[in-house]
Amino acid sequence: MGKLLEVKNLRIDFKTYGGEVHAVRGVNFEVKQGETIGIVGESGCGKSVTAKAIMKLLASPPARYKEGSITFNGKNLIEASEREMERIRGNEISMIFQDPMTSLNPTSKVGVQIMESVLKHNQISRKKAYNHALETLQLVGIPQPEKRMEQYPHEFSGGMRQRAMIAMALVCQPKLLIADEPTTALDVTIQAQILELMKDIQKQSETAIILITHDLGVVAEICDRVVVMYAGKVVESGTVLEIFQNPEHPYTKGLLKSVPRFDMDKSVPLSPIIGSPPDLFSPPKGCSFYPRCDYAMKICKDHDPEPEDVGNGQITACWLQHSMAKVMNTHTATNVGGGTKR
Amino acid sequence: MLKYVLHRFMWAIITLWATITITFIIMHSIPGDPFAKEGTMPESVYENLQRHYNLDKPKIVQYFFYLKQVALLDFGPSLKSKTLTVNDYIEKGFPVSFHLGAQAMIIAVFFGLILGVIASLYRKRWPDYTSMIIAIIGISVPSFVLATLLINFLAVKWSFFPVATWKSWSHTVLPSIALAMMPLAYIARLMRTSMIEVLNQDYILTAKAKGLRKNAVIIKHAIRNALMPVVTILGILTANVVTGSFVIEHIFGIPGIGEMFVKGIMNRDYPVILGSTVFYSAILIFLIFIVDVVYTWIDPRIKVTGASK
Ligand SMILES: Nc1ncnc2c1ncn2[C@@H]1O[C@H](COP(=O)(O)OP(=O)(O)O)[C@@H](O)[C@H]1O
Ligand code: SF4
Ligand SMILES: [Mg+2]
Repeated sequence: MGKLLEVKNLRIDFKTYGGEVHAVRGVNFEVKQGETIGIVGESGCGKSVTAKAIMKLLASPPARYKEGSITFNGKNLIEASEREMERIRGNEISMIFQDPMTSLNPTSKVGVQIMESVLKHNQISRKKAYNHALETLQLVGIPQPEKRMEQYPHEFSGGMRQRAMIAMALVCQPKLLIADEPTTALDVTIQAQILELMKDIQKQSETAIILITHDLGVVAEICDRVVVMYAGKVVESGTVLEIFQNPEHPYTKGLLKSVPRFDMDKSVPLSPIIGSPPDLFSPPKGCSFYPRCDYAMKICKDHDPEPEDVGNGQITACWLQHSMAKVMNTHTATNVGGGTKR
Repeated sequence: MLKYVLHRFMWAIITLWATITITFIIMHSIPGDPFAKEGTMPESVYENLQRHYNLDKPKIVQYFFYLKQVALLDFGPSLKSKTLTVNDYIEKGFPVSFHLGAQAMIIAVFFGLILGVIASLYRKRWPDYTSMIIAIIGISVPSFVLATLLINFLAVKWSFFPVATWKSWSHTVLPSIALAMMPLAYIARLMRTSMIEVLNQDYILTAKAKGLRKNAVIIKHAIRNALMPVVTILGILTANVVTGSFVIEHIFGIPGIGEMFVKGIMNRDYPVILGSTVFYSAILIFLIFIVDVVYTWIDPRIKVTGASK
């Protein structure tokens, strides 16, 4: 499968009154055509900023693209003009946001809001655009679509609004769909329904999906690969299978131990990661997980580990993976990791 | 929707009735009467006049008498002018006052919105600062001071416009500007705040994520939502324009209802005072009613709450 999106060494700062926030500090990942990748990590680790950066939706100022490239379909979006981005947004890459209650314009009919996208990107009549919007509403499982087209967002429930948002994002059959915590603001039962819908979309269309979430259960259910972010960096990435069975990075291990999972022994108590992520105004020089890490070594404090391929395409940024450390720390790594060592 | 409008209309009528009643009570509780001043008047003439205008009847009878009159849209005779009725005054003065007020409100809304939108789009840059300086001047400088300044510079010194009176369109320019500045300033400031708030909303990001051009996002998604708080204060601002017009009409010597009202108060001319108060109240209450209806039209969420009541 061809490469659809490649994010390379992306760095983004925000200028604020308090100083510069180094929100994204060298993020690398790629998305292949039709693939679903999950981006996970605690709140504030730069997931949304990365997502908005791909769409070039960060207002600048305060945001500044400091370094790196975002290559979509062979084109570096960082260098793309606003006109080019307008053509790509909603057409080739679309986005769904976290809160469906606030993401729709309250004074505009839902149908009109969906048609807007179609009319922007296709030279077709209003009638055709209407029909197309109607079909898409049907596709995302909204009953009585004719009636719904004429209604305003406040007449929709939370789940229905998120379906409408998904319809709006899919109406132009984009190559990439970015869903930023699409279920976080919803009730549990509705979450499951929206997730089902996402799965259907995944099966029925060629659309690649970037699913941002802090729910590892969701990732396990629908993603092919996972990117784990911490304090503006990717600390580990790999296939869902590898990440869940052989997490190498202590942060990934911590995340996995802090959420209940179907494949977990019930007797193992859940243990949240103690402490909080570092201040992004002045991020630490060494490994950003150092203050919270159970495996921390001397070198971690002042030197930041480089991402390394640990096999099977799994990439981990941790000194424990360094050839030297591996020899010295084999016993600790195997003891606490829980998984089998390669 | 219709139910909501009827509901609002009923409240408008009740408010109007309350205004008439309160004005009636206040006016009659102030000592003195319209003919008392003229001490040389023979007792019999005075009594005749009292009887003629029903001033000898108990207050409550006078009150109902007046309510009936108002219901028939008859505001009675002027006590001071032997020939003109209050209705005559209104018929003569209202078109002038309406012209002045409407022109001022049009200026205020049009330029206020433009300034507010520009300020919000160029936040913390010179267009923003310029707009807000205009707004601060408009809010803090009283209209009579502004009127005097306008007359002094634009009329007396540079002779762009006539100094006073109400004859041609160029006569209307300065009083309209003087009257418009205050509401213009309020609208500009409110629109700016409202736009800034709306531009930070999630649905604006959604609109951008669709690939809409910046101008399309602003026009289709931002302005309409940002207008809502502005529409709610339009009623109050119009009320301010109406009261402000008393002063402006006086300064520029404009023969509107404001002038007539001021004279009516000086002469203790009951029917004129009551008539103009009721007339102005009716206009204001009607305006607020219109604003409510317009509001439901631009904010679809209100229809549902209104209809379910
Ligand atoms: N507009 C902004 N101005 C300043 N800082 C911002 C801005 N947007 C995001 N940030 C900062 O960037 C960091 C990452 O935020 P975000 O990507 O939203 O996290 P999350 O992973 O929860 O989605 C946070 O520390 C946040 O404070
Ligand atoms: S580099 Fe050191 S501190 Fe960072 S995660 Fe690995 S072991 Fe822990
Ligand atoms: Mg987020």
